[in-house]
Amino acid sequence: MSVAAQPLANDHAHEEGHHEPTFIEKYIFSTDHKMIAKQYLITGLIMGFIGIAMSMLMRLQLAWPNETFWIYEVLLGRFGEDGVMDPSIYLALSTIHGTIMIFYVLTAGLSGTFSNLLIPLQIGARDMASGFINMLSYWLFALSCVVIVSSFFVEAGPASSGWTVYPPLSALPQAIGGSGLGMTLWLVAITIFIASSLLGSLNYIVTVLNLRTQGMTMTRLPLTIWAFFVTAIIGVVSFPVLLAAGLLLLMDRSFGTSFFLSDIYIQGEVLSYQGGSPVLYEHLFWFLGHPEVYIVLLPALGITSEIIATNSRKPIFGYRAMIASILAIAFLSTVVWGHHMFVSGMNPFLGSVFTFTTLLIAIPSGVKAFNYITTLWKGNLQLNPAMLFSIGLVSTFVTGGLTGIILGDSTLDINVHDTYFVIAHFHLVMGISALYGLFAGIYHWFPKMFGRMMSKNLGYVHFWITAVGAYGIFFPMHFIGMAGLPRRYYKFTEFPYFDDLADTNILISVFAFITAAAQIFFVYNFIHSIFYGKKAEQNPWKSNTLEWTTPVKHIHGNWPGEIPKVYRWSYDYSKRNKEDTDYIIAGQDFVPQNVPVQDNEEEMNE
Amino acid sequence: MTALLIILVAALLGITIWQISKIFKLSQPIESDDSQIATNEDNQKQGKIFLVFTVFLYGLMIYSFWSLSKFYAPGASSHSDDYDQLFFISLGLIMFVQVIIQFLIHWFAYKYRGKKGQKALFYADNDKLEFIWTIIPVITLAALIIYGLFSWSEIMNVQETDDTLVVEIYAYQFDWRARYSGEDGTLGEANVRFIEGINQLGLNESDPYAQDDKITTELHLPVDRQVLFKFRSQDVLHSAYFPFFRSQMNVVPGMTTQFGFTPTTTSKEIRNSEYMVEKVKNINEIRQNNDNLGPDEKDYEFEYYLLCNKICGVSHYNMQMKIVVETEEEYQKWISEQQTFGELTAQN
Repeated sequence: MSVAAQPLANDHAHEEGHHEPTFIEKYIFSTDHKMIAKQYLITGLIMGFIGIAMSMLMRLQLAWPNETFWIYEVLLGRFGEDGVMDPSIYLALSTIHGTIMIFYVLTAGLSGTFSNLLIPLQIGARDMASGFINMLSYWLFALSCVVIVSSFFVEAGPASSGWTVYPPLSALPQAIGGSGLGMTLWLVAITIFIASSLLGSLNYIVTVLNLRTQGMTMTRLPLTIWAFFVTAIIGVVSFPVLLAAGLLLLMDRSFGTSFFLSDIYIQGEVLSYQGGSPVLYEHLFWFLGHPEVYIVLLPALGITSEIIATNSRKPIFGYRAMIASILAIAFLSTVVWGHHMFVSGMNPFLGSVFTFTTLLIAIPSGVKAFNYITTLWKGNLQLNPAMLFSIGLVSTFVTGGLTGIILGDSTLDINVHDTYFVIAHFHLVMGISALYGLFAGIYHWFPKMFGRMMSKNLGYVHFWITAVGAYGIFFPMHFIGMAGLPRRYYKFTEFPYFDDLADTNILISVFAFITAAAQIFFVYNFIHSIFYGKKAEQNPWKSNTLEWTTPVKHIHGNWPGEIPKVYRWSYDYSKRNKEDTDYIIAGQDFVPQNVPVQDNEEEMNE
Repeated sequence: MTALLIILVAALLGITIWQISKIFKLSQPIESDDSQIATNEDNQKQGKIFLVFTVFLYGLMIYSFWSLSKFYAPGASSHSDDYDQLFFISLGLIMFVQVIIQFLIHWFAYKYRGKKGQKALFYADNDKLEFIWTIIPVITLAALIIYGLFSWSEIMNVQETDDTLVVEIYAYQFDWRARYSGEDGTLGEANVRFIEGINQLGLNESDPYAQDDKITTELHLPVDRQVLFKFRSQDVLHSAYFPFFRSQMNVVPGMTTQFGFTPTTTSKEIRNSEYMVEKVKNINEIRQNNDNLGPDEKDYEFEYYLLCNKICGVSHYNMQMKIVVETEEEYQKWISEQQTFGELTAQN
């Protein structure tokens, strides 16, 4: 409907301007993409706070496993009685920490926020293709958040079988308490989440394909939009498979089917399940699980591309190569899931195939990293907080990505599989990198979202403590992994052999607490700036993309008059005129996309 | 208590930095703009901090390699040398790339920090460069993949001979059992549906091959003899991880998985190796000072172990089995002392 309405939308926006939205229409059940973006952001940040708090409890337990802390009793209630953490709640914390950070913070919080905010603004559209579906998508997400958090209040505790919820552990309440009602709530929450994600993704895809303004060809799209677009496609391809896995698991749990279960004897009785295979579940799960890594990462890389180009005052190097590598990563991400299963008992020949496809991903990833570095080269770097986080992202992406070469090699995976080496690897490459992307995006587009600026000094402090802390946590962690320290262990003191790793664990925990504490600067800055930040100007970062041509005050329909037309790509920074005497627009080192091609300018091949 | 102190220190540290940044702000001349956009001074300052950060990052990497790489467990199986070689080649390669790339990122962040009047270079594309940094990873990775795949197929495709010892590793919440095939060299039929009373591994009592099977709580292996493990789980997923033997395989209910290796170092030999003597000495010093341990727990002697490496329930963190690698004679002596399944059922 909205697609057809687009040409008329110019007049439409004026007519509707007279209608004053009520509080509920404006702030709660809003169909405006800018408001929905803010809702996603704030919900995502709250979930992030919960998720990080959980990791702090885990780090406290791992650093001082035999000491008591009153905080356990305060936060975990009967699972932390007398200040001793219960082993079952440790597993629950790690499960829900993973679930929340991956799905709720880095999928919805990152992609949901910036896809919603930037797709219409950067392609020159009045709103998403369907505002209503967009609203629905957010409210399903919010509902899903409530369900997952509420699972902490059920008697036997929340899901505790790891964020991958492998059956039979996740299917049998006899095997672990969390696999009772807690696990049901997990499945319900994720089902709702998938519905939300699919609604959102379909909307993004349709919007990018149909609602681009005049002149905005696909090869003039900012890389942010390319990243969001391809992310949405991966989501649409892979999330339904997780839904299928979840449904089959639900059937096994509740209706006595045997998709994933066979030959089980537990608590003194043989169960009737026969003929299923947990390995089948692993295949289904990782068919989403691996693309999910790129669902998390690609938006962050897109955001970084935009911010690095703007703040380097240079075009992004190798625009087409960047698009090609996004597409290559997206394609490859769907054919590498088996590298999570090298030692699952599947045929070793499959292991060889997945090693091959997995290591191929290093090539487009490498291209992206090199292109970022070349973009920095001979730039005029404006070191705003968003830029620092973007540079930080390139650094952690490289560090984390390189260890992927070890894990992706089936032979080497044998001995580091499921150890802290894996934890260090994926936290750097997707956890920290994606969080940096999230922070970079917030610092950069805060003026667009809230019409005010965030404090740059607090931003600097936030970045530097986080940067030191993140490496301090995860670099040494590789080494305790190489020592063979397994993940998801409540404590290591049952193995005297690991006693000499205790100091390193304490070091890691201390870095973790400092890093988490540094986020308080961000929280303060974020909340304070919403209300008291300095009023933003229209285009504070002197950027080329269309969102900076909209007025600071949000209006329904984004542009008060006509939608701007686009005449060029979004990376004409520091472009010189034909005579090489000055920039194309004298004295201004950027040419926004809506500026027509000038007489003194050489056109780029498109 | 220490945690509280550390949190307190961290918080104070944070406040200090915040205050310093405030002082910086106040000490600046009044006319300095408060647009919250990086100024020339910010660019200078932040660019220099990137240099300081580079020192931290390289310091951290050097520290980690210097004082943490000693944790890398010694290998004790016939393929562990191959494994370690591939591991160190890969590690060397990625660290080589890491050192260069991180330097470039941070050096460029410093070198090209914004300055008044500095003009950025409009440089959008270069096919030759793109080609170079596509083809170099392609070649390097191709080499690594081929090398890795050769090792992989060698490790995973166990060539069974008459001499191969077949052992079943049986996993359940939260312990392990080993089952040896006995005189006939064949493991008897088993299924969870046969589990009853003393027959905890579900052996088929009417299967003659099962009668001489021996079920043990410790895993004893003769040195230099190939072992093929058959893994079976009775309840949930487990993973049999033998860190010193560079071996790991998931244990999956409903199917049998397998993994083979040849242990090359006896428990005695590794205990007396220079590396282990020093490590155990260090661990025992730590244990002496640990007040949580009872007097009989203070002295630790190294034993190989098998641990569970796939989340399996509340006691996942303590699902281990002692492994003893010994000479053929010692092994034969030990195994002959173990009770057969037939004897076990006859008793009851």
